[in-house]
Amino acid sequence: MMAAKHHVTIKGNKEGLIFLLDDSCTFETLLQELRYKLEKTHQKILTGPIVHVFVKLGNRSVSESEKQSLIAAIKSKGNLIVQRIESDDDDADQAHDHLFIHKGIVRSGQTFECAGSVLYVGDINPGGSIVARGDIFIMGSLRGLAHAGSDGEESAVIAASHMRPTQLRIAGIISRPPDEWGFDETHMDFAYLNEGKMEINKLNQLHKIRPDIREYKGV
Amino acid sequence: MGEAIVITSGKGGVGKTTTSANIGTALALLGKKVIMVDTDIGLRNLDVVMGLENRIIYDLVDVAEGRCRLPQALVKDKRFDELYMLPAAQTKDKHSVTPDQVKEIVTQLKRESDYVIIDCPAGIEQGFKNAVSGADRAIVVTTPENAAVRDADRIIGLLEGENIKSPKLVINRIRANMLKSGDMLDIDEICQVLAIDLIGIVPDDEYVIKAANKGEPTVVNPNSKASIAYRNIARRILGDSVPLMPLEGKEGVMAKVKKLFGLG
Ligand SMILES: Nc1ncnc2c1ncn2[C@@H]1O[C@H](COP(=O)(O)OP(=O)(O)O)[C@@H](O)[C@H]1O
Ligand SMILES: [Mg+2]
Repeated sequence: MMAAKHHVTIKGNKEGLIFLLDDSCTFETLLQELRYKLEKTHQKILTGPIVHVFVKLGNRSVSESEKQSLIAAIKSKGNLIVQRIESDDDDADQAHDHLFIHKGIVRSGQTFECAGSVLYVGDINPGGSIVARGDIFIMGSLRGLAHAGSDGEESAVIAASHMRPTQLRIAGIISRPPDEWGFDETHMDFAYLNEGKMEINKLNQLHKIRPDIREYKGV
Repeated sequence: MGEAIVITSGKGGVGKTTTSANIGTALALLGKKVIMVDTDIGLRNLDVVMGLENRIIYDLVDVAEGRCRLPQALVKDKRFDELYMLPAAQTKDKHSVTPDQVKEIVTQLKRESDYVIIDCPAGIEQGFKNAVSGADRAIVVTTPENAAVRDADRIIGLLEGENIKSPKLVINRIRANMLKSGDMLDIDEICQVLAIDLIGIVPDDEYVIKAANKGEPTVVNPNSKASIAYRNIARRILGDSVPLMPLEGKEGVMAKVKKLFGLG
């Protein structure tokens, strides 16, 4: 099977067991190997008194359902109790849910990057770009390039008080507004993906189109 | 101690040298002692526009490399007693001087004058760094074209990194008829994008080319439109509040410009 490469390493310390899970393979591979190890190879160490388990995910960030399936797999051994699941990516994940507020002008040749969502007060000029892992809200003119959901989050939106962009990107989708939309500027609008296609709508429709838009922490 | 002003743009051919020669001369006309420095090494032409080519003995690189003393390299203008020029070298390239050397030279020149006007080469590399290294202020020149405005924006971003506070904008080669027909970028639009103070607009004027070919800065002739525009810029540099000259432009444009400039 997948025995050639070890994606799951189990170590012991005085508090319990540490499961080091590789962050370069797919989640599926990881889960399969975890189950395999628990059932077959490590049977002996894993029976006996109650043991606390600390799971380390490296740089992998997991969804809530993935987290649950990890816990379920480990819990299938009655004596293992999952204490904590940690990812190095947690810091970045927290930033992801954070709304950063910035002011200035992004001029030609400059790029403004943000680990979370951003409220940018000022203009993004032609030749300049603003890139965020989350949403982008611009109080000013967007004349350059904006890329929201830069890590692939398709639910991200780009909003601007004045939108006249050279290009918009959400996750992996690229749109060239005047060519594709037939108009070259809009006011108080936002761009979003609808079934993989970029669309534009009035800001007062945002709550309907993205009712579950993230609740920002630390605002 | 004088003040050093660099005239820059990013894009070539938008009128940096023309603006340097005319602002320099206009300040001299207003009684200031001015030294113009050409930092466009390898492509010098401030001397040609000023009609001083045949008076050059030493240049900027000679000074930097210690082949002559700084005063020996200064070329005195033929029209004004208090106007000088430090020419660029024609045979070298921009790597033959360093920003530190230029800064040292400009600092010395500031001690001897009211204004040092630095003509910057096009581009954003070494030549630009040389030109801005000794400058206290900057004037960014653009024309009403997208590419020029884009490059001006890039330069403004770089100037922020060079510790030069609030650069001023000159929009050069404005054609009233094109403004009227809407075929040219609006002054208003340019100012909105660049978001810096406008210090002057200069009309496209055939006389500028004629004068340059005669080796005489435009401002010497008080009757050309461009001349009045450059004289006004010089007065604004001195701190006078001079209204922008009327162009027969699109209705309302002048009012907007005045407002942007805080004069309306
Ligand atoms: N206001 C103007 N009206 C007409 N011609 C102009 C004007 N300003 C500049 N020019 C012409 O444009 C050309 C480029 O100007 P120059 O000052 O040499 O640009 P740069 O130094 O930025 O490369 C020159 O031929 C100059 O005479
Ligand atoms: Mg030039």
